[in-house]
Amino acid sequence: MTRSVTKLTTTPEDHRIAQLAAAAIGLALIDAAIPLPLPGVKPGLANIVTLIVLARYGWATAAWVSGLRVIAGGLLLGQFLSPGFFMSLTGALLSLLVLAFAIRLPGRWFGPVSWSILAAFAHIGGQLLLARLWLIPHNGLFYLVPLFSAAALAFGIINGLIAARLLAELPATEPLTAE
Amino acid sequence: MYWLALFRPGDWLVAALGLTICGVSIPLAWQGGVAEKAVIKRGGEVFAELDLSRNRQIDVPGPLGITTVRVEKRRVRVVSDPGPRQYCVRQGWLARPGEIAICAPNQVSVQVQGGKEAYDSLSY
Repeated sequence: MTRSVTKLTTTPEDHRIAQLAAAAIGLALIDAAIPLPLPGVKPGLANIVTLIVLARYGWATAAWVSGLRVIAGGLLLGQFLSPGFFMSLTGALLSLLVLAFAIRLPGRWFGPVSWSILAAFAHIGGQLLLARLWLIPHNGLFYLVPLFSAAALAFGIINGLIAARLLAELPATEPLTAE
Repeated sequence: MYWLALFRPGDWLVAALGLTICGVSIPLAWQGGVAEKAVIKRGGEVFAELDLSRNRQIDVPGPLGITTVRVEKRRVRVVSDPGPRQYCVRQGWLARPGEIAICAPNQVSVQVQGGKEAYDSLSY
């Protein structure tokens, strides 16, 4: 029998992404445990990590962290490839798309709070669209739009403020770790 | 306030924009027209159109027996139905345009309609 060694070389960048994704997955699990009256309304705590990564390491790293969180979070919650997983994936993709534009806004005027609100609206917008096209093909779904947009605004501001505070308290030189 | 200091000037703008979206979405989503009439169908054909402003009760004969529909206080409901599972009766009062109660076994449906329809008919 030959012994084969699979050698996987990892870069510090990979380690950082893994650590940050782990933090995001932890928050996603906490998120899923919080009971809320309306299906589809969630605080989206894991997006705090996405915002911090976006500010510190750029969009590409944020996309990695966000994508890993969606897939690993889906596996851990037992909803991988279920409708809930695709809702979460659509939301993540659309908010990443919007964030790619949001970080180009002048930094003196627009900070993490703006990014967070914009991403939250993109998130719920994408999910509503997917739900309308695929899961609930009925216009009655739009009856819930005011509730969803109010939730997006409220949680968008809260998550943005938390991200802004963490960014202010953690010096830029200190590597962020999942502790 | 420590938290308020974390807002940058443009953040207020974005928050105001979000609030506007919330405000605009309420009338768009929650006013699907005013409920004006109840359309009762039997076997797919219109049996009666009841004005919701007048209280009345109507009996609709179907294959299983009589389905009774009542209009009261601008609402409509199926009061009794010979169907085995009573879904349409248990649905209770219908008040918003588009709401519908279907008594499938007796082939009777009751739908609330608003004043203006998006279209009169569709043909393919």
